[in-house]
Amino acid sequence: MSAPLSIIVVEPDRDRALLIVDSLREAGDYDIHVISEPTGLARKIQALMPDVVLIDIESPSRDMLEELALASGPMERPVAMFVDRDDAGLTDAAIEAGVSAYVVDGMKPQRVKPIIDAAIARFRMFQRMRTELAETKRALEERKMIDRAKGMLMKARGVDEDEAYALLRKTAMDQGKRVADVAAALVTAAGLLG
Amino acid sequence: MIAATLSVGFLPLVDAAPLIVAHEMGFAAEESIAIDLRRAPSWSSVRDMLSFGRVEAAHMLSPVPVAAALGLGGTGTPLSAVSVLSVNGDAIGVSNELAARMRAGGHDFAFNDARAAGAALIAHAARPLRLGVPFPFSMHAELLYYWLSALGMPAPQSVDIRTVPPSLMAEALEAGEIDAFCVGEPWGSMAVENGVGTLLLPGNAIWRFAPEKVLAVRSDWADAEPELMGRLIRAVWRAGRWLAEPGSPMLAAELLSRPEYLDLPSEILDRALTGRLVISAQGEERTVPGFVEFHHNSATFPWRSQAEWIGMQLAARTGLDRTSAARAARAVFRSDIYRQALTPTRAELPAASAKMEGALSEPTAVASVSGRMSLGPDSFFDGRIFEPSQI
Repeated sequence: MSAPLSIIVVEPDRDRALLIVDSLREAGDYDIHVISEPTGLARKIQALMPDVVLIDIESPSRDMLEELALASGPMERPVAMFVDRDDAGLTDAAIEAGVSAYVVDGMKPQRVKPIIDAAIARFRMFQRMRTELAETKRALEERKMIDRAKGMLMKARGVDEDEAYALLRKTAMDQGKRVADVAAALVTAAGLLG
Repeated sequence: MIAATLSVGFLPLVDAAPLIVAHEMGFAAEESIAIDLRRAPSWSSVRDMLSFGRVEAAHMLSPVPVAAALGLGGTGTPLSAVSVLSVNGDAIGVSNELAARMRAGGHDFAFNDARAAGAALIAHAARPLRLGVPFPFSMHAELLYYWLSALGMPAPQSVDIRTVPPSLMAEALEAGEIDAFCVGEPWGSMAVENGVGTLLLPGNAIWRFAPEKVLAVRSDWADAEPELMGRLIRAVWRAGRWLAEPGSPMLAAELLSRPEYLDLPSEILDRALTGRLVISAQGEERTVPGFVEFHHNSATFPWRSQAEWIGMQLAARTGLDRTSAARAARAVFRSDIYRQALTPTRAELPAASAKMEGALSEPTAVASVSGRMSLGPDSFFDGRIFEPSQI
C-alpha cells in the first residue's frame, strides 16, 4: 500500500475550491491542500512537495509554476504539465475544460488519471456556471438599460410603457440593431445632453 | 479572397502590436489570409496552445522556443521562431521605497546608464535582491542575469529572480514580495500609474538590440505549410513597417487599447510606442530612442547568433553541455524560412544569418543580398562581444 498522493489545488474562490476538494475525495484517498493566494505560489508549493498541482488555465499565476519545471529549479523533483502521450484525448479534454495539471515526473499515468478525470468534470461544471453567470449579468444590465430608455420615452413623448417599448423595437429593427443597443444609445445621448 | 484563417495566440502586451496591426490594418487580408487572434492568460498557456495545435502561430518570448529545444520546460513539441516580432521594449523598475533610498544615495534616475543604475541598485537594495520577471524563460530574466553578473553580483546565487505574472507585478511590489522587476510594457508604466513603482532603466540600456518576442510555430507545421507561413510572415513584416512610421503610434495605441486586446487606456500604451516614458508618480518623463523596435535595422530578422546567445545563457545557468546547446539553439531561429518568405518583398536581407552579437556600437553598413544595408547598434553595456560558433 503506497502513501496517498498529495494534491495541491490552486484556487482563489473558496466555494469553488471546496467543491473541487469534495470531488477529489470521492475519486480516491488523497492528501489535498488548497492555496488561495497567488503571491509566493512557487515557494508555498515547494514547501508542500506535492505529487500533483491543479490550476485553472485562465489563471495568470500559472506561469509561476513554470519555475518548478526548471531542471535546476527550487524543487528537487522536476514537475511537468500533465501530458500523457498515450492518451492525447485526456490532455485535450483537460485543456478544453480549462484545467492545467502539473505532475511530478515519473508518476504512473494510471495513478493520475482519476484525479484528472475528477478535476475535468468539476472544472467543466464551473465553466458552464461562469458562462451562465456572465450571461445572466449581461441580460440584467440590458433589462435595466431598456427600462431606463422606456422611462425616458414615456416622459418625453407622453406615451405608455407598451408604446415606448414598441418605439424602441421599431427603431432597432429599422437600424438593424438590438433593442438593448438602441436603449443604451438613447440613455447615453440623454446623459450627454443633460 | 481569403485562402485560409490562421489562429494566432497572443498575450495582452504592447509588443503584440505587429499581430494586432496585421489583422486590423488589413496586412493579413493583403496576403489573402485572415488572422484569428486568441488572447491567452499566461505564457505557459500560449505555449501549450501552440504545442497542442489549438493555434497555428503565437506571440512568444524569444527564449521559450530555445528553452524547449534544450529540453527545459514545455511539452516536448519542437517549436521554431520564424521571425522576430520586436526588439527591446522591457523596463526595469523598483519599489518607491528603494527608489527613495537610491535617490538619497545620489542616483539621478537618468534612465540611460546601466552601469550607474545597477551600481545604485546593488548599493541600496536589501539582500538577497528579489526581482520579478514574467517567465523563467524570458529576455527579462536574461537581461537581469547578464546585467547584475557583469556588475559583480553573482547571479543566480545572490539574487532571487522569481516569476510574477505581469498583471500582478505592481501588486507584488506593493505587497513587498519583490524589490524590483523587469517587465514588458504597459506593465512598467502601470506600476508607475498605480503609484507603487519607479522606472529605473529601459532594457535596451543593457543590450541595445535584444530580440524580445518572436513569431513561433510548431516546427512540423513550418515544414508542412511553407506557403501559408510565408503569407503570415509577410503580413507581420508589413505591420512592423507600418508601426515604424512616425504617424502610427497614436493609431496603434488606440487599436491596442480595445477591450478585446489590452483593454487599457491608450495614453498609457502610447508611452512605450513613442519612447516617452513617465518614470515616477511625480510625472518625470524620459525619452528613450528605440525603446521598442518593430522594423528598423532588420529588427525582425531571426539571427542564428541571437538564438545561440540565448542558448548559451540558459546552458550556463542550468549546467547543460555548451556545444550541443549552441547547436540546438541555432536551429530554432529559422532565418532560412524568413528569407524565403520575404524574398518577394522589398525587404533588405543581410547576406549572413549570424553575426557577432554586441560588436556594433553605431550604425554600420554590412553586405546584404542585393548590395549594402545598415545594421543598428547592438552593443552590450559592458562592451562584451559574443562570438557565435559559426558566422
